[in-house]
Amino acid sequence: MFYREAGDFKTSYRDDSQTFPISFDRWRYYAVLIVAFGVIPFLINDYWANALLVPFLIYAIAAIGLNILTGYCGQVSLGTGGFMAVGAYACYKLMTAFPDVSILIHVLLAGGVTALVGVLFGLPSLRIKGFYLAVATLAAQFFLVWLFNKVPWFYNYSASGQISAPERTFLGHAVTGPATTASAKYLFCLAILVVLAWLARNLTRGTIGRKWMAIRDMDIAAEIIGVNPLTAKLSAFAVSSFFVGVSGALFFAVYLGAVEVGEAFGIQKSFLVLFMIIIGGLGSIFGSFAGAAFLVLLPVVLKVIGVDLLGWPTDIVAHIQLVIIGALIVMFLILEPHGLAQLWRVAKEKLRLWPFPY
Amino acid sequence: MKMMKLAALALAGAVASGPAVAELVIPDLSYRTGPYAAGGIPFSDGYQDYFALLNARDGGIGGVPVRVVECETGYNTEKGVECYESTKGEGALVYQPLSTGITYQLIPKAMTDGIPLHTMGYGRTSAANGKVFEWVFNYPANYWNAASVAVNYLLDENGGDLSGKKLALVYHNSAYGKEPIRTLEELAKKHGYELSLLAVDHPGQEQKSQWLQIRRERPDYVIMWGWGVMNQVAIQEAANINFPMENFIGTWWSGAEHDVTPAGMAANGYKALNMNRINPDMPVFDEIRTHVHEAGNAAGDGSNVGSVLYTRGMYAAMLAAEAIRIAQEKHGVADITPAMMRDGMEALAMTDARMAELGAPGIGPEFSVSCENHGGSGMGIVQQWNAADGKWVALTDYIMSDASVIDPLIEEDSMAFAAEAGVEMRCN
Repeated sequence: MFYREAGDFKTSYRDDSQTFPISFDRWRYYAVLIVAFGVIPFLINDYWANALLVPFLIYAIAAIGLNILTGYCGQVSLGTGGFMAVGAYACYKLMTAFPDVSILIHVLLAGGVTALVGVLFGLPSLRIKGFYLAVATLAAQFFLVWLFNKVPWFYNYSASGQISAPERTFLGHAVTGPATTASAKYLFCLAILVVLAWLARNLTRGTIGRKWMAIRDMDIAAEIIGVNPLTAKLSAFAVSSFFVGVSGALFFAVYLGAVEVGEAFGIQKSFLVLFMIIIGGLGSIFGSFAGAAFLVLLPVVLKVIGVDLLGWPTDIVAHIQLVIIGALIVMFLILEPHGLAQLWRVAKEKLRLWPFPY
Repeated sequence: MKMMKLAALALAGAVASGPAVAELVIPDLSYRTGPYAAGGIPFSDGYQDYFALLNARDGGIGGVPVRVVECETGYNTEKGVECYESTKGEGALVYQPLSTGITYQLIPKAMTDGIPLHTMGYGRTSAANGKVFEWVFNYPANYWNAASVAVNYLLDENGGDLSGKKLALVYHNSAYGKEPIRTLEELAKKHGYELSLLAVDHPGQEQKSQWLQIRRERPDYVIMWGWGVMNQVAIQEAANINFPMENFIGTWWSGAEHDVTPAGMAANGYKALNMNRINPDMPVFDEIRTHVHEAGNAAGDGSNVGSVLYTRGMYAAMLAAEAIRIAQEKHGVADITPAMMRDGMEALAMTDARMAELGAPGIGPEFSVSCENHGGSGMGIVQQWNAADGKWVALTDYIMSDASVIDPLIEEDSMAFAAEAGVEMRCN
């Protein structure tokens, strides 16, 4: 009834090609932004920030990054954990080498460093595809983790091999370090996520995104119609790694504050982010958010229900959590192989016809 | 005095966000799942059972019941943060995360939130320097003590001379496993042994190449810094290459029953350090059996009483309970705050008489904590596995560690932290 194009007149090409063609969607989008920027920062406490929202925002950035590479350009990557580690260690080295520079610049530079590393490991994608490329990126994952463990320069020769984020500020507010307030952490990550998601959305529907999708759908056909596979694939690796690097930097500096490369950026992380985009929906920005929310929030929700409300033993809840999440993943993949984003799309289609479906 | 009490009460109210009934909240960040569960379960059982005993037998500590809040971390730092944030609002008195990785994360948070952290024989070693680490305690001993105790034991075995000997360190490739490296290197300079380092990646099920290297290099002694599934795999691998077990020494996190039993008789003679004595016949265990287990309140399945890590978990709880008691006496308040708990921990003194009184004679070394020294006495024993009897046998009394090497290292590392985090020196 309210959710339809009819009556929402577009008078320019610009209006015609906007992200949210339906006015209800646009208002909803602005409402979400207003709540996220204007309401939540005043209500948030340490628990909500550190246990739920900040990890969700950071994983959403990583998922968008991997979605660009895997979902839009069709290059399977299992190196996400390794690239996040590059972002984290680059951020750490920059933070400790230039303490007076704003943390935002360090985070973005860390993303840039990761983009370079990503391009380097993306070079084999010009020759190999599919599973073979997945194995090549797996090698990147193991090599990078090994490197950060092996070379003490990366962790400033600390005795434990841990990297710890000292206090750094952005516009005079502490964003990293123990004195950071919950709202500062949240807002910093949220702002970066919103900008990056906006960037990703507009990249993927422009020339570059169309080239990526052409490569994904059939690389030989794409080459014949004039898409250069070298630039298309490497640009996908660069942009994707930039996102993943930024998320790694935030993961270390803002969220955890201290990390150990093998534990925080191991192969599990690569799989986790890959599951996020598969569950959320390949080739969809919304899917990245949905997948990240699903895999970050669900374990916490199950824990709260099992331990705090029902009073079950913690180990039983931890085991049941694995069972439930596993079952849900299998169920989703059977019932909706295109992920949560497809569910959302179907819901929107139905909503357009409501209340008079045919 | 009255004003102080009122202020303390107000503070308690502010911190604990006003629970209706007075209670002492002790979070237990445990892990009963994942590759480290074998160690996490008995420790957590012992930790909880002791508080359950105090509740059942004495009605808590100083008349205030203890409420243990368990939270499963799976030895995972992200879940550890979630557990910390979800429990700190309940008025948590002290955190014992039983994970060096989680400890590194909690140190700055706990310092800001003003909640003491007790990392007993793990965590950040330089936290022993109380001048820098106001809120962190790692008594009765730390990793560097352990490394030094192992070397001192070997010195003793070799008539005081280790020059020309080859030592290999098999370590968990994490902050935990890397902690002893610097100390062992310093000690190598002092005693002239040759040290080779062999890292084992998380979770440690794959160690073929490391043990192949040991087979090739033939070190005289192997020291292990392992935890969880890594321990049993290492002991099995050592048996496979016929490495003499009596020359294989694990740290105190690599010397529990479940580490050696999978290898069967082949593990006979394996040695490990310990920071506390094990004696399954201590009176406190009987009391736990009668007051807690028979009442049906056992944590876990109740099968671990008296095992190495159960004893250590119980010892950790005992030290925490003693600190609470001291804090209550010191401040004249029964329902203490985390800040009072910190004072209690700093005034902790364990004597043989007191340990016997608690039903655990000789469970730990005698030690006392002070403003400067948060690390305790730094002593450890060496124990050996007797596979035929299925028992750990203590080989030595408490061995002193080499303070002349460790103290400067602690000083250096804690000062680096102080400079980095902008901490002002205390205890002046």
